[in-house]
Amino acid sequence: MKKNGFVVLDVVTFLLVAAAAGLVFFFAPLEAVMGYVQKVFYFHVSSAWVGMLSFIMAAVAGGVYLKNGKRGADITSFAAVEIGVLFSVIAIITGSIWARPIWNTWWTWDPRLTTTAIMTLVYVAYLMLRQGIDDPEKRARFGAVYVIIGALSVPLTFMSIRIFRTIHPVVINAPGNASAAFDMAPKMLVTFLFSLFAFSVMFVTLLLHRIQLGKAQDELEQKKLIANE
Amino acid sequence: MKPAAKPSFVKAMLAVVWKDLTAELRSREVFSAMLIFALLVVLIFNFALELEAGTRASVTSGVLWVTFTFAGTIGLNRSMAQEKDRGCMDGLLMAPVDRSAIYLGKVIGNLLFMFAVEVVVIPLFSVLYNVNLLKPGLLLVVLLGSVGYSGIGTLLATMSVQTRTRDMLLPILLFPVVIPLVVAAVKASAGYLQALPMTDIQPWLTLLIVYDVIFLSVAWMVFDFVVEE
Repeated sequence: MKKNGFVVLDVVTFLLVAAAAGLVFFFAPLEAVMGYVQKVFYFHVSSAWVGMLSFIMAAVAGGVYLKNGKRGADITSFAAVEIGVLFSVIAIITGSIWARPIWNTWWTWDPRLTTTAIMTLVYVAYLMLRQGIDDPEKRARFGAVYVIIGALSVPLTFMSIRIFRTIHPVVINAPGNASAAFDMAPKMLVTFLFSLFAFSVMFVTLLLHRIQLGKAQDELEQKKLIANE
Repeated sequence: MKPAAKPSFVKAMLAVVWKDLTAELRSREVFSAMLIFALLVVLIFNFALELEAGTRASVTSGVLWVTFTFAGTIGLNRSMAQEKDRGCMDGLLMAPVDRSAIYLGKVIGNLLFMFAVEVVVIPLFSVLYNVNLLKPGLLLVVLLGSVGYSGIGTLLATMSVQTRTRDMLLPILLFPVVIPLVVAAVKASAGYLQALPMTDIQPWLTLLIVYDVIFLSVAWMVFDFVVEE
């Protein structure tokens, strides 16, 4: 992408996230029981969403890499994992901030919490694996294999803990439920969906920047090799 | 067209198993290390958890699986490090056989080592703590758990021995992705030990089987990518 395109995208992303924050603080009504702490929900779910999105993206890009062996696929996969780790950690921290007054504990071994934590560990392991390999081609291959294994195991982890009971609130009901699909006041719903949208755009922006950076790193590595010869 | 001289898949696989067993019979390195380690883990748990008659019923299956998981890591690391250090892997890869035959051969070899340790630890545990672990249901769980563990462990150990951090990396890569397997195995074992009705155990057995099938087949498919030079 051209440099101007990046500037436009950055500005749009910034405005969207700022607008989302504005909606959260000034537009969304105060939740009757939980009060102000409920406002963390909008960015909490959006971060968790971006975290999950990145990991799906990373696994898909990993699969593409194993198929065609193009550098771009590997760079994308790596970029997505890095972004995913960041947003999963944000989701865990914001969730703890909410859980402390509401559940009266920072942490509980609920399926969603545990799965998010384990997912984050899987992808931190991915980063460590990459760090331990010098050959870029091998690094890409091993990374792709591990990211696919990780993406397969995370849903199973969720299921394995789901068999116990969960206390995590389900805000978005399953379709076919008697009540509306979203169990929220309309203004909350607007704020929530807007936050999701803003964070998704932020994800794309960060991903594109990180891919650009990855390509620059590749180029640098190659130039170093040539210079050394 | 495959060359006519190529040995059959099963034959190649058994040859790899046979090679591992012969090497082990001569050196007795892996089995003795795994076994002593497993016994030490049981010993440490005895003091760490005060495995008294009252408390131990609920933690026995947990202790058992932690022991197998830790001992398994030692076995996997040794088994793949031998291949790497003595240049044996290069020889194996040059042989005119399917790579997947090598993978399955290594899985069976690692599985046999795990079984050998379990065959000693389970009766010994029964004697030391006066619980009967020799129940057919529990043995089935041990079988299913060990198959999945060796399947994914062999793939990840093949990767980790080729990195700079080597042995250190295997547990970091392996543990987060075997969590569903360990959870299911612990829960199913506890179910059999407490003689729970089959309806309580069934979901965990299903999860074990699903895990085994998914990860053995995926590891089988991607093994090629982790041994390429």
